[in-house]
Amino acid sequence: MEFFFQQLTNGLAVGGIYALIALGYTMVYGVLKLINFAHGDLFMIGAYLGLTLLTALGLADRLGPFGVIAALAAMVLVLVAILGVLLERVAYRPLRQAHRLSAVVSALGASIFFQNIVMIVYGAKFLVYPHDLLPRTVVHLFGMPVPLIRILILVASVVMMVALYTFIQRTKIGTAIRAAAIDQGAARLMGINVDRVIALVFVIGPALGGAAGLMVGVYYGQINFTMGWIYGLKAFTAAILGGIGNIPGAMVGGLLLGLIEAFAAAYLSIAWKDAFAFCVLILILIVRPTGLLGERVAEKV
Amino acid sequence: MTLLHLEHLTKRFGGLMAVNNVSFDVPAGSIVGLIGPNGAGKTTVFNLITGNYRADNGQIVFDGRPIGSLPTHRIVALGVARTFQTIRLFQKLTALENVLAGCHCRMKSGSIAAMFQPPWQRAEEARALDKALAELRFVKLENQAMNLAENLSYGNQRLLEVARALATEPRLIILDEPAGGMNDQETARLIDTIRQIQARGVTVLLIEHDMSLVMKACEKIVVLENGAKIAEGGPREIQANPRVIEAYLGTEEE
Repeated sequence: MEFFFQQLTNGLAVGGIYALIALGYTMVYGVLKLINFAHGDLFMIGAYLGLTLLTALGLADRLGPFGVIAALAAMVLVLVAILGVLLERVAYRPLRQAHRLSAVVSALGASIFFQNIVMIVYGAKFLVYPHDLLPRTVVHLFGMPVPLIRILILVASVVMMVALYTFIQRTKIGTAIRAAAIDQGAARLMGINVDRVIALVFVIGPALGGAAGLMVGVYYGQINFTMGWIYGLKAFTAAILGGIGNIPGAMVGGLLLGLIEAFAAAYLSIAWKDAFAFCVLILILIVRPTGLLGERVAEKV
Repeated sequence: MTLLHLEHLTKRFGGLMAVNNVSFDVPAGSIVGLIGPNGAGKTTVFNLITGNYRADNGQIVFDGRPIGSLPTHRIVALGVARTFQTIRLFQKLTALENVLAGCHCRMKSGSIAAMFQPPWQRAEEARALDKALAELRFVKLENQAMNLAENLSYGNQRLLEVARALATEPRLIILDEPAGGMNDQETARLIDTIRQIQARGVTVLLIEHDMSLVMKACEKIVVLENGAKIAEGGPREIQANPRVIEAYLGTEEE
């Protein structure tokens, strides 16, 4: 029972991280119908920026452990959001009128660019987050031990997801984003500045991705310049699983993928962990290409 | 007083003269009809006014201000709203949310306020909700508020487009074939609604193929053929105009 509980909490924590990254894919796809392949790399940069800020500013001595994390998260969110907006300006906006494939190629190019910049600046080796960043506290939930950090990650990601969902559903800017995702031309005629909506999507998505990068750094302790690729693919899988373009879908898909991976690794074989994730991708594409929460695309007769 | 003034408006698509040197005025407070055979360039004129296309030549002046080079969302903010010939509602949003999207350009709070939700931002959202419900009541769709736009009947979808356009608080509303696909009863209701829009002080410019609607509702009619204006005047003048009859019915072979 305890083993099961460990897998459950681990799966949810990792799933929360996948969900945060998946939201970036799904929101950009929703508005631009573009898979932002550089999104995983923004996530990776979030992890690196977190480490740099941590060591450069010497925050650990001045703030308590949780203060450090909060300060880091705030800075990483802002910096990666700025990077996201720049990415849209430089790599995607000039191609807005071009064929959709051009933007995909541009996204792949941006991904390679980000990876190599980080490799040149930080080197190709794994970097390590300090082990004593957070106290290695273990709390007991239902009489079973769970590392505190797992709970923190899950809570933080759920809080961000709920905040995003309320923002999208309840505010006029959220309505504008949803309107622009359905019909940009009609949205313009409602007085909605679609360029600003797109820029906003490139603020929110990368900010959440950057936060996820910081979480991975703190949770696993190790980061590498290629980590954006595998996490990006997993989160992309999560977005497809939930239904690409669908915001609650990305959340559900992320958590579900985290659980599937954790249980498959624990009860079947850890060596096949990634394979299970991609089997999920293939299965969903065959069985239900619109994803779990995606609407069926009805043929107009 | 002239609210909208078009002067020597010209738009080419490759070799096709879609709109050829068209000039006319829309007086403030009036209902003006733009008619003509299929392919006459009516919708292109609308697309030029709302900034969906850029004119190759000529001027569009709204309330004394040239708008020909402004982006669409700025033109809407100045007070021009429109509906579409083929319905372009946000199908996956509810009727209420569609109208709320229309309220967008009259609301001030930005993304930052929406994230932190200070009291004045919440108050503004609440006001927008009231206004959206009022617009739904105006077109008598209040009982459909929570239904997805795609589940509304065709006639109701057209009315919802009108409500959504009115939510932008326009001074000029442009209706592209508002009666398209409506039955006689719905059309009669539509004429009523158009007159009520006028009574609210909103100027109406419409394209319509239903001649009885045009003749009943419009005070002034502009006729286009092959991109050029061939006639302009009141309903009676237009009905009696030989060039208009020729354009619609063709000439008799000698």
